[in-house]
Amino acid sequence: MNGTQLVFLGVGAVILVSAVLVVTTRNLIHAALWLIVTLFGVAILYALLNAGFLAVAQVVIYIGAIAILFIFAVMLTSKESRDRGPQHNQAWWLGAIVAALTFGGLLWMLHGWSGFTKSAAGIPAGFDAVDALGNALVAPDAYVLPFEVASVLLLAALIGAVYVAFTRKQESR
Amino acid sequence: MRFWADPINSSAQWMAGLLTSWGTPPWLSALLIQFVGVLVLVSAMMVIDILLVWVERKVVARFQDRLGPNRLGPFGLIQPFADIIKLLIKEDITPHGADRVVYNLAPILSLMSVLLLWAIVPLAPVIFGVDLNVGALYIIAAGAIGTLAIIMAGWGSNNKYALIGAFRQVAVLVSFEVPMIATMLIPTILAGSMGMNAIVQAQDIWYVVLAPMAAIIFLIAAIAELGRSPFDLNEAESEIVAGFHIEYTGMKFGLFYAGELLHAFTFGGFWAILFFGGYRFFGLEQLGPLVAAVVLLGKALFGYWVIMWVRYTVMRVRIDHMLAFNWKFLTPLAFGLLLATALVNTLLRHSSALIQAGGMLVTNLAAAAIVMEVLRRYGNRERARLEPSVRRVPTSQ
Repeated sequence: MNGTQLVFLGVGAVILVSAVLVVTTRNLIHAALWLIVTLFGVAILYALLNAGFLAVAQVVIYIGAIAILFIFAVMLTSKESRDRGPQHNQAWWLGAIVAALTFGGLLWMLHGWSGFTKSAAGIPAGFDAVDALGNALVAPDAYVLPFEVASVLLLAALIGAVYVAFTRKQESR
Repeated sequence: MRFWADPINSSAQWMAGLLTSWGTPPWLSALLIQFVGVLVLVSAMMVIDILLVWVERKVVARFQDRLGPNRLGPFGLIQPFADIIKLLIKEDITPHGADRVVYNLAPILSLMSVLLLWAIVPLAPVIFGVDLNVGALYIIAAGAIGTLAIIMAGWGSNNKYALIGAFRQVAVLVSFEVPMIATMLIPTILAGSMGMNAIVQAQDIWYVVLAPMAAIIFLIAAIAELGRSPFDLNEAESEIVAGFHIEYTGMKFGLFYAGELLHAFTFGGFWAILFFGGYRFFGLEQLGPLVAAVVLLGKALFGYWVIMWVRYTVMRVRIDHMLAFNWKFLTPLAFGLLLATALVNTLLRHSSALIQAGGMLVTNLAAAAIVMEVLRRYGNRERARLEPSVRRVPTSQ
């Protein structure tokens, strides 16, 4: 067991515990803050995998934008940020069965996998992951089409958001 | 002699040799050396932070035609230590109904988000925490943690003024992040890398010459990100008392205050790194890494001084004006500049460095001229719209 594995196990434990706390805590703001801990843990996992760009993008987008939006939504909508209802409904056993089956299936699938004992191939010297990612995103034989489709989708969403906000403003006058 | 050429690495090697002779396993000694490195960097920054209190108070006094602290020690240099003792012995109050953990965590996160930034600052070619190849994005990511700290402070204090201050600050931070990212991409395009060290190495001509507009937009966005005047609505004392840190006393307030000062100094540093050649100053950096570090800190202090100059000269802007300024002016301008820079950079890729620099400068000047013309027309139109109504008032009576 080396340092990286220790860090991985520690971060994994933090992610799991905070993920459970997101759904069990009664205070909605605390739930959002625990979600941030979970997302930050995932960013650390990316960093451990030498995916620096993904790790930083995870923090910028998920913590800097989405989680902040969650907190705003909670603060601006509910007068009491405390959830008083029951925490599970009558079909909880169905969910438990599905979760157990999924976990069992994954365990069974990974049981015979040989990758656990192999160590990852080293990164060649002078390899720039950001450079490779940038080239792959605009290369015609790689991911240029999905990249463009995602860009158009986001642009459409942006225009849609502006349109919705704009018409509301006109009506209120 | 080798020590002065590369002080950090030779110290690390000396420590590694010492620890190995004591029988420490290699992974533990590597961890310990990293830890000591972080400790030294953070301590150095905190010591600079103490002096920044004095610098800020002295400079604001000069701008406001006062003397500033001048009683304790020569030029009032001992004043910040007296301030710290005062902050430490003040009563530590947690307000009734506050969310205790969130309330106490917020000042720590706030200062931490600033100290995190120093991990990627290249003080010299060989003195840096880590040379991340996603440096520009990392700055934004650390800013996201700062945003989070402000929300936590505003919500955890159980005070409506604190919450309003936090809301305002987050609205500003989230919107001014957009032009900031766009302008940070311009040095990235020019240098061909997002790493801070690579950007500094690429600046044979300072980027403030190649991209003056980007430098100005970055400074404006940085001032907004810092929450300083004219964008200090988060702590507009005449409206919401002190904003998100209204309920904090003693050293908890001190952490916010220290974080704010160090944040301004840090963004002065990033302004220097991205646009003023970082540790490079007409070949002075070749004398040795420590000289280079002093050059960078001096440039950071200059950036900090410009930020203070703006802070104590310009009045506070109303929030709708500020957001309109960002979304309708800065953001389109930043993206237009980004497109123009990318285009010109690609077109002049194979020509000589002088033609490249000239092309970039002409592009920027043209952009500035267009902006001035648009602003002039807008101003004329607004005046034409408003003036008839102003004139009508006396005639109707």
